[in-house]
Amino acid sequence: MFSLPLSFVFIILLCVSLFFYYYSKRTIVEKASSIGKKAKTLPVYYGQNAFLWSFFPACIFLIFLTVSGPNYIDQIFFSKIQDLNPKFNSSFIDLILSKVINVANGKIETDDQKIIVLANDYLSAFEKFYFYRGLGAVLCCALLGLIVTARQKPSVNARDQVQFFMVSIFFISALIAILTTAAIIFSLFFESLRFFNLYNVFDFIFGLHWSPNVAIRTDQVASEGSFGMIPVLLGTLLISFIAMCVAIPIGLYSAIYLAEFAPSKVRDYIKPTLEILAGIPTVVYGYFAALTAAPFLRDIGAFVGLDVSSESALAAGLVMGIMIIPFISSLSDDVIRAVPQSLRDGSMGLGATKAETVYRVIIPAAFPGLVGSILLAVSRAIGETMIVVMAAGLSAKLTVNPLESVTTVTVQIVSLLTGDTEFDNIKTLSAFGLGISLFFFTLILNIIALTVSRRLAENYD
Amino acid sequence: MSIKFKAEKVDVFYNEKQAINNISLNIEKNMITALIGPSGCGKSTFLRCLNRMNDVIDSCKITGNILLDNEDIYGPNIDPVDLRARVGMVFQKPNPFPKTIFENIAYGPRIHGLASNNKELREIVFNSLEKAGLIDEVKDRLDDQATGLSGGQQQRVCIARAIAVSPEVILMDEPCSALDPIATAKIEELMNEISQSYTIVIVTHSMQQAARVSKKTAFFHLGELIEYGDTDKIFTKPKNQKTLDYITGRFG
Amino acid sequence: MSNLKKRKRVEARLKIYGVASITVALLMLATLLISISLNGYSAFRQAYFKISIPVDMSQFATENGSLSSKKLNLYDWDGLVNQSFNSIFPDITKRNDKRKLFQIISSNSGYDLKQIVKNSEYSIGQKNMVVWLPLSDDADQYLKGRFNIKVPEEDRRLNDKQIIWIDTLVAKDIAKLKFNKTFFTAADSREPESAGILGAVVGSSLTLFVTILFALPLAVMASIYLEYFARPGRITDFIEVNINNLAAVPSIVFGLLGLSVFLSTFGLPRSAPLVGGLVLGLMTLPTIIIASRTSIRSIPPSIREAALGLGASQLQTALHHVLPLATPGILTGTIIGMARALGETAPLLMIGMVAFIMEVPNSFTSASTVMPVQIFMWSDSAERAFYERSSLAILFLVGFLIFMNLIAVILRKKFEKKW
Repeated sequence: MFSLPLSFVFIILLCVSLFFYYYSKRTIVEKASSIGKKAKTLPVYYGQNAFLWSFFPACIFLIFLTVSGPNYIDQIFFSKIQDLNPKFNSSFIDLILSKVINVANGKIETDDQKIIVLANDYLSAFEKFYFYRGLGAVLCCALLGLIVTARQKPSVNARDQVQFFMVSIFFISALIAILTTAAIIFSLFFESLRFFNLYNVFDFIFGLHWSPNVAIRTDQVASEGSFGMIPVLLGTLLISFIAMCVAIPIGLYSAIYLAEFAPSKVRDYIKPTLEILAGIPTVVYGYFAALTAAPFLRDIGAFVGLDVSSESALAAGLVMGIMIIPFISSLSDDVIRAVPQSLRDGSMGLGATKAETVYRVIIPAAFPGLVGSILLAVSRAIGETMIVVMAAGLSAKLTVNPLESVTTVTVQIVSLLTGDTEFDNIKTLSAFGLGISLFFFTLILNIIALTVSRRLAENYD
Repeated sequence: MSIKFKAEKVDVFYNEKQAINNISLNIEKNMITALIGPSGCGKSTFLRCLNRMNDVIDSCKITGNILLDNEDIYGPNIDPVDLRARVGMVFQKPNPFPKTIFENIAYGPRIHGLASNNKELREIVFNSLEKAGLIDEVKDRLDDQATGLSGGQQQRVCIARAIAVSPEVILMDEPCSALDPIATAKIEELMNEISQSYTIVIVTHSMQQAARVSKKTAFFHLGELIEYGDTDKIFTKPKNQKTLDYITGRFG
Repeated sequence: MSNLKKRKRVEARLKIYGVASITVALLMLATLLISISLNGYSAFRQAYFKISIPVDMSQFATENGSLSSKKLNLYDWDGLVNQSFNSIFPDITKRNDKRKLFQIISSNSGYDLKQIVKNSEYSIGQKNMVVWLPLSDDADQYLKGRFNIKVPEEDRRLNDKQIIWIDTLVAKDIAKLKFNKTFFTAADSREPESAGILGAVVGSSLTLFVTILFALPLAVMASIYLEYFARPGRITDFIEVNINNLAAVPSIVFGLLGLSVFLSTFGLPRSAPLVGGLVLGLMTLPTIIIASRTSIRSIPPSIREAALGLGASQLQTALHHVLPLATPGILTGTIIGMARALGETAPLLMIGMVAFIMEVPNSFTSASTVMPVQIFMWSDSAERAFYERSSLAILFLVGFLIFMNLIAVILRKKFEKKW
């Protein structure tokens, strides 16, 4: 039995489907001439139809098998090892299984005969799987191709069928957006449901104490964890507030200047440069915040006699503000430029100065859009992760002092989920509780922002 | 004279708004018929009903019958795509594809499988360009972008492109409104020449143009067909007062 | 008239605010880039020392005269390097001093020497070899002048003796800064002098490949559907709301999605570029869809009418005419989306791409890391030498991102057509 690699199967599928393409094209002409008529559409569409039907379902079948197969084989071997000795507990079986897999892949060597036998079985199971996967996909392809070709009639409009097939695929692609949202909500919802089974919802939402260090193994000594979200949320809001204090004035004034005052040459250069600021990865801002801004602020604090934490909310917030500036300025710039020229002309025609036009006409007209862009920026600040992971602290304090170290929702999610990701303890599950809160919090902000700015667009359409 | 198109009691609605009201009209074969009337009178809408170009507008609803060679073009057996191959269209603004001149004209024959090899395809392209009176101007630069031509030439490429599919009818929606008088004259001349082999329906703003090129003229007003008859008669002795007002320039 | 003066002053003030805001923003950008450059440029070079090593190559020969890798693996290379290094300082004999001495050369130098031998730069007959091997990261920082000697000796990572030894090496001209080739040819390592970004670069490339393969076709098909075939109605509206909202969902939420769907439910491997690519693909999908739709919408309806008027079907119109014309816009959106995906860190932390991986990944399912995560991990390390490597990695990443954005801008400018 020979193994069939994925790419090879793929090429076979392509060849078989191409065969049906040409075969359908030929047969439809013969069929049509046998009844003495012309086919409803050009033969090439009958070929395309046969190709689509033989190729796509087989590919989906192939991908499905490839994704689910290895998992299935691992399960079989799990129970096989369990059968060898029923006394093994599951984590020990996992250990043996990973050893078997590593031996099978030639990553480690062993003298244990049982493991070697299992590893050989494992390899041949995979070989079998690859073979049947390939065979199944090719059979699926050939069968569908034959059926479609046999059923094609000259009186049927094949071009419409092709279009229907393609548009269906397009439609399914568009549905991915809904599916993604649904998957986010469901996965977050079910994992947090498990969390709320272990921990009271109200204690989570209104609790004033957050210390997620619980005993993961029973022999560990640790305090009972408490999961009150308020201090974490307060830290998030504090850092976001500092960020917005930096970003809103600078972003808005930049946008107003660029849209209303700057010569077009200046604009042409400044705008892309600001976009560079927007294109810098957040991890870089995090690096800057942790290794440049925070020590700098601490030194200044020491100089004027203030005790600034080396993980101060101020440093993280300031750098986050810098990150958000281009976000606000470019959204607001678009909004301001969407205000119709006629309003400007009207105001200027009455003898208003440019500044008066900006303050009394443009800003009121663009107000919903500006609010929308600021809300989107707030949502961005709340969801921002890397800057705070690198520059903010881990301890949840109930404080609004920007010089102290605070923690945020995203920092907690990262610290709870990196490393140990077994889903069976309250600590990792609590991250999903935070996750769903974060999702809904930003969702509400986004929806308000989008609705508000859409209202503006409708006003001037 | 045989009848090519027979419209019976056609109504067209955009959402709630009625654009065309109860129009019945026969269009004769291998002849130029002009549809005239003030803006918004429904003449373009009616024209677009003839090859179901209105189908792509979701809000558009059509009732009544339109028969092409005695077959209902809105009937279940008619595919709008096939119909449009039989009833070609030239638009108000020249709209060549941003491709070469050759590709522009070859596109239709390609998708309809009119040529079985490259030689035949070239033949079709050359014939169409010849019929459109463009061959001398462009034969050395078939591989140039069609969008680089002058407006009049672009419009003739569009006519050649429509001819290349060998339609039975060519609909023209104000084909000269974006062109200068010389280009207009050339297009009118071209219409005259090809009218022997194609049924042409032209929507025009210019009454002089209608008078110059068409055999028959239909006058539309506010979605209704006011008067239809031989062009000579419409322009000299209109029966309806509104027609008279329009052709004498009292409104429109 | 003074009223008018006052009004003019308001205007002047507004202008000043604007200019000041932009200046502040640009200054911040400059500070950011300059501080990182100043931190990072020194990582281009690494301190090496030249050493002559007496080794009889014939002991590694197999019967047919080639090198036996088994014999090479069994040999004590660390001991050999240490011994040879000791011979430069023959008067150091005390055990404690020796240990201190060996701390100034890289603890990986034995391994490095073995690799040099393995790559068969030396023939079987040779009895002596002269090689450049890396000094330890502390010695490296000292040579680069980034070592603060004013700190009391007991708090320093190098004591006075070690500094004298390093000075001696420099004086003898057998220790110097050379181009840091390792940085570009190695994957991560516990020792800064052996760490490189190649593993992360390959990991990023594999991940982005999956992302683009997943997101681009889906986005294009979805945009064609929404712009050409979707009937206005509740489903279409709902899809649109979802797309707009997904574009603003925090990236870490996509990481949670990947963790619970791709890893727990589907059982895909942790830390794999395949999963990373899928997560980033879902994240960039809305960005590309929005850009593609804008681009498709900007194609004038006259082109569509022309094709339909010739008897092309809706599908043919979309695929033959609209899509090719919309391609530059779609590509611009894709590049911007990919640039975002390339710089993204948070969701990848959730799916375990934050692991310490010493090998360059060789498949879509092998454990790997990506550039931004590598930067994150190095920034978190204690060694000063990792900071500068982190900065240099940032310079490369940001440089490449700016390059991508530049291409997008140029593409947009070039194909910006006024119809």
